[in-house]
Amino acid sequence: MARISVEVDGIAYEDEVEPRLLLVHYLRDRLGKTGTPIGCDTTNCGACTVLLDGRSVKSCSVLAVQVDGCDITTIEGVSSDGVWHPVQKAFHEEHALQCGYCTPGMVLASIDLLKDDPDPSEEAVRQGLEGNLCRCTGYCNIVRAVRRAAQEMRVTTP
Amino acid sequence: MTEQLEAGTVTQQVKENGALGAPGGEVGKARRRKEDARLVTGRTQWTDNIQLPGLLHVAFLRSPMAHARITRVDTSPARTRPGVVAVFSGQDFAGEQGSLPCAWPVTPDTVIPDHPPMAVSEVRYVGEAVACVIATDRYKAADALEAIEIDYEPLEPVLDMNEALAEGSPKVHETGNESFTWKFAGGDIEAAFREAPVVIDRTYVQQRLIPSAMEPRAVVAQTDGDSFTLHTSTQIPHVLRVMLALTTGIPEHKLRVIAPDVGGGFGSKLQVTAEEVLCLLITRRLGKPVKWTEARSEGNLTVHHGRDQIQHIRVAADADGRVRGVQVKLLADMGAYLMLVTPGVPILGAFMYNGIYKMDAYDFTCTGVFTTKMPTDAYRGAGRPEATFAIERVMDELAAEIGVDPMEIRRRNWIRHHEFPYTTICGLTYDSGNYEAATDRALALFGYDKLRAEQSDRREREDPVQLGIGISTYTEMCGLAPSRVLGSLSYAAGGWEHADVRVLPTGKVEVVTGTSPHGQGHETAWSQIVADSLGVPFEDVAVLHGDTASSHKGMDTYGSRSLAVGGIAVVHACDKVKEKARQVAAHLMEASPDDVEFSEGRFRVRGTGTSQTIQEIALATFAAHNLPDGFEPRLDASATFDPESFSFPHGTHLCAVEVDTETGATAIRSYVAVDDVGNVVNPLIVEGQVHGGIAQGIAQALFEEAVYDSDGNLLTTTMADYLLPSAADLPSFTTDRTETPATTNPLGVKGVGEAGTIASTPAVVNAIVDALRPHGVHDVRMPCTPERVWRTLRSVEGESA
Ligand code: FES
Ligand code: FES
Repeated sequence: MARISVEVDGIAYEDEVEPRLLLVHYLRDRLGKTGTPIGCDTTNCGACTVLLDGRSVKSCSVLAVQVDGCDITTIEGVSSDGVWHPVQKAFHEEHALQCGYCTPGMVLASIDLLKDDPDPSEEAVRQGLEGNLCRCTGYCNIVRAVRRAAQEMRVTTP
Repeated sequence: MTEQLEAGTVTQQVKENGALGAPGGEVGKARRRKEDARLVTGRTQWTDNIQLPGLLHVAFLRSPMAHARITRVDTSPARTRPGVVAVFSGQDFAGEQGSLPCAWPVTPDTVIPDHPPMAVSEVRYVGEAVACVIATDRYKAADALEAIEIDYEPLEPVLDMNEALAEGSPKVHETGNESFTWKFAGGDIEAAFREAPVVIDRTYVQQRLIPSAMEPRAVVAQTDGDSFTLHTSTQIPHVLRVMLALTTGIPEHKLRVIAPDVGGGFGSKLQVTAEEVLCLLITRRLGKPVKWTEARSEGNLTVHHGRDQIQHIRVAADADGRVRGVQVKLLADMGAYLMLVTPGVPILGAFMYNGIYKMDAYDFTCTGVFTTKMPTDAYRGAGRPEATFAIERVMDELAAEIGVDPMEIRRRNWIRHHEFPYTTICGLTYDSGNYEAATDRALALFGYDKLRAEQSDRREREDPVQLGIGISTYTEMCGLAPSRVLGSLSYAAGGWEHADVRVLPTGKVEVVTGTSPHGQGHETAWSQIVADSLGVPFEDVAVLHGDTASSHKGMDTYGSRSLAVGGIAVVHACDKVKEKARQVAAHLMEASPDDVEFSEGRFRVRGTGTSQTIQEIALATFAAHNLPDGFEPRLDASATFDPESFSFPHGTHLCAVEVDTETGATAIRSYVAVDDVGNVVNPLIVEGQVHGGIAQGIAQALFEEAVYDSDGNLLTTTMADYLLPSAADLPSFTTDRTETPATTNPLGVKGVGEAGTIASTPAVVNAIVDALRPHGVHDVRMPCTPERVWRTLRSVEGESA
C-alpha cells in the first residue's frame, strides 16, 4: 500500500492505495466519482479522459500512486457554480452526444485541445480528438461543438 | 442533372419552428435534448456505477479453445485466494442454468442446440464462459481466475461456412453444421432468367463485425431472498424480464429488470446474455448482490457479432437494363449457437434484396451455418444492410455491363413517385416515397456532373489517384413490427408498443413508455409529441422508461421502431386523455361534450367565450368534487399500438472517393445523404442518427473486421486491433432531407435509426469500385483497406498480363 494525497475537483483526498490501482478505478470505486467512465482496457477509447494538472490524460493509463501531489479535474468538476463550461454547453447545443458515454472524455480532451489552439480548424479538431472514440455521433456534431465552444471562449476571454 | 449547390449551408437543416403542429408547435422543432444535462455533467447512472453494501464482484474464466471437450475442472485452488467468496464451474450450474433462448426459429425444423450460459462439457468458441470467481473486489476476482484448473481435449474448429457444409466436415454440434434453410419466392424466377439478354452473377462477402457500443456490458444482480432486481446495460429490459423468467424459473412478478443509462447498443444489447443469467443464479445462490463489468477485450470476444454472410446474387435483365429477376443464395454464419434472434437476422433482409426496384421475379434461399465462433445476432440494420449492399452493388455492375450511368440504371428500374402505394415482388406494400425528389436533391448537393467530368479527366490523364463515385439509393423496412407478420415469420413475440400517459394534479404529465432509449433521445422527442397533443409546455412532460417496475409493459428499442411504433402509442394514449378531459370540461362548463373543442391546451365551448385549461381540468379531476356521474376520477390513459404495416424510409447517398492506385489508400472526398424518413419530430436528433449511421456504414466499408485465425482464436480482441474510426478517419457529411409522410401512422413518421448504416456501405464500396473499374476491377472485398485495394489491383493486372 502506498499513501497518496491528491486533489480531485477541488477536494483534497488522502488515501492508501495498492500500487497497481488504476487512477480511473481509484476515481470511480474509491471516490465514487463515476462521472468518468471506462470504455476499454487498452487505452484506445479516451472515455476515461481527465485533466491531470490541467492537461488531458487517459486515467486508465495512469496509476493512482502516480498522481500523488497532483490536481485532477473530472467531468464532475468542469462546471463552476452550476454554470456549464462552454464546451459542455456547446456539446448540448450542437447535439454532440447521443448515449453520452464518450462525452466526459470528449469534453475534457476538447478543453485541453482549446488550450493549445483557441481557434482550431475542422481538421485540427479531428486530429486533436483522435484518441477519443465515439460510436454514436459520427463526430460531425462533436467537431461543430468544439469549434462553437472555441468561438464562445474567445469572445468571453479576451 | 443540376449543378453543385453550396454545400454546408444545408448541413444544418434544422427548423426552429414546428412543422407539424400549429406554428410554434413542438413537433418539428430542433429541441435540445433533456437527456444532456446529466450526460454532460457526469451525473450518469451507468450500471457499473452502482455500489451496494456488501457488493461482490464476478469475473469469468473463458475458454482459450475454439472447440474442445472439458475433461477436468478443479476450482478449489482459487477458493483459497484472498477475498474470494465462491468459485463455480459449469457443472455447478448444470441443474439450474437452462439454455439461453432463441426466440426466432425461422423454420419448423430449425436446429436450436442447447446453449448453456456456462459451458459444462464442451466449448464451442473462444471466450465461452467456463468458470467464475466471486470476490470482494474486481481485482481480487480477476486475480483468482488464474488458479482455476481446467483440462481440455481439443476438437477440430469449424471456421469456414462452405467447408462446414461440405461432407466430412468436423461438426460444431452432433446434429451437424446446418441450422436451417429458409426459402422465399415471388414470381416465376425461371422465366425471368430464361433467355435473359443480360445476367450478372456476383458473390459478396459481408465480413464479421463487432458492434462496439462504447459502454461495455455490465450487470448488477441483487435479491431480498424473495424477489430479484437486475440492473443491466440492455436495450430490452422488458423482453429480458420475460426471457430470464422463462430461463431461470424465477417467476416474472418476482423479477425487476432495470436498464439505467445505457451507453449505446446498435443491436448488441438486444440479447439475453449468459452473464445476465449467471449473475442472477449467483445472487440467488449467495444471497448477496453481485456485479460483473465486462472488459473491452472480453467484450470483443463475447458480445454477439454482426453480419458474416456470403451473398451469391444473380440478376437477369433486359438489354436496356430493366431488371427481370433477382436470385439470392445466402450463407449466414450463426456462430456456435443461436441467440435471441440469430436466425432471424438474415431473414429480415430477405424482403429487401429487391430494394426500390420493380421486377418480375425474386427467389431467395438462406442457409444458417454453425461455426466455432462467437454467435452472430442483430447489429444496426440487421439483415437489411446486407441486402441493400448486394442489390446496390449489383445495380452498379448491371450499369457497367450495359454501359449506362449507374444513376440511369436505377431510374429505369425504381418505383416511380406516382406508383405508390406499391406492392413489391416480396409482397410488402411501400406506402409512400419519392425517389426522384431525394435523388435530385442529392445530385445537386453533390455536384454529380462536375465530379463525373473530373473523373473522366483523371482517367484520361491516367492520374495515379483516381476519382470514384458511389451511389446508394436505398429503402429499408422500419417500425418492427406488425405482430401478425412476426407471427407468420415464426418469431416468438409480437411487435406492438405501449405507453401510459398520467396527468398529475398540477397539470404536469408523466409518460411511461415501453421503448428503452440508449442514446436516441426519447425523453425529448416524446415530450415534444405530448406537448403538442395535450397543449402543455415541453418542460412539463417527464418521460419514464427502462424499469419494469415503473414501465410494466413494453417491447423495447431496436429495428428503428421506437417512434414509428412507440411514439404512436404515446399519441393514442394522449388522445384518450383528451377525450376524458373533454367530458370533465363539458361538465364543468355545463355544455355538451360535442360542443367542446380542444386546441393548444384549452377546452372551449364553441361559440362562447367560456374555456378551461387542461391544467384546470387536471386539478378538478384530482379533487373529484364535481365530475360527471359515474366518471372515474382520472385522466390517465394507456395505449398499446400494434402497427398494421412496416414503414419504409428511403434516400439517396452519394460518395466520392479518391483512390491512390499506387498505395491502395482510399480517402473520402465528399459524402452527401438525402434521406426521407417521413415527418420529423426533432430534426436535430434525426440528423444525429443519420451521421452516426453513416459513420458505422463507412466503418464496415473501410475499416472494421473481426478476424479469427486458423485455430479459431479471435485476433481483434482490442480496440487497437479492431479499427473503430476516430474523428480523424471520417469526413464531414452533407445531409438533407425530403419529407414524404408515411401514410400508415398518424404522425406520418418512418424511423431513422438504421438508415445511415444501411445506405452508406454500398455507397462507399461502389465509389471505390467505380474508381478502379477502368483497371478491370469489379469488386473489392470489405473492409477495403489499402492492402486489399492494392492486392486487388495487382491481381487484376496479373490476370490481364
Ligand atoms: S478506458 Fe479506454 S482509454 Fe481509458
Ligand atoms: S455519444 Fe455514444 S459513444 Fe459518443
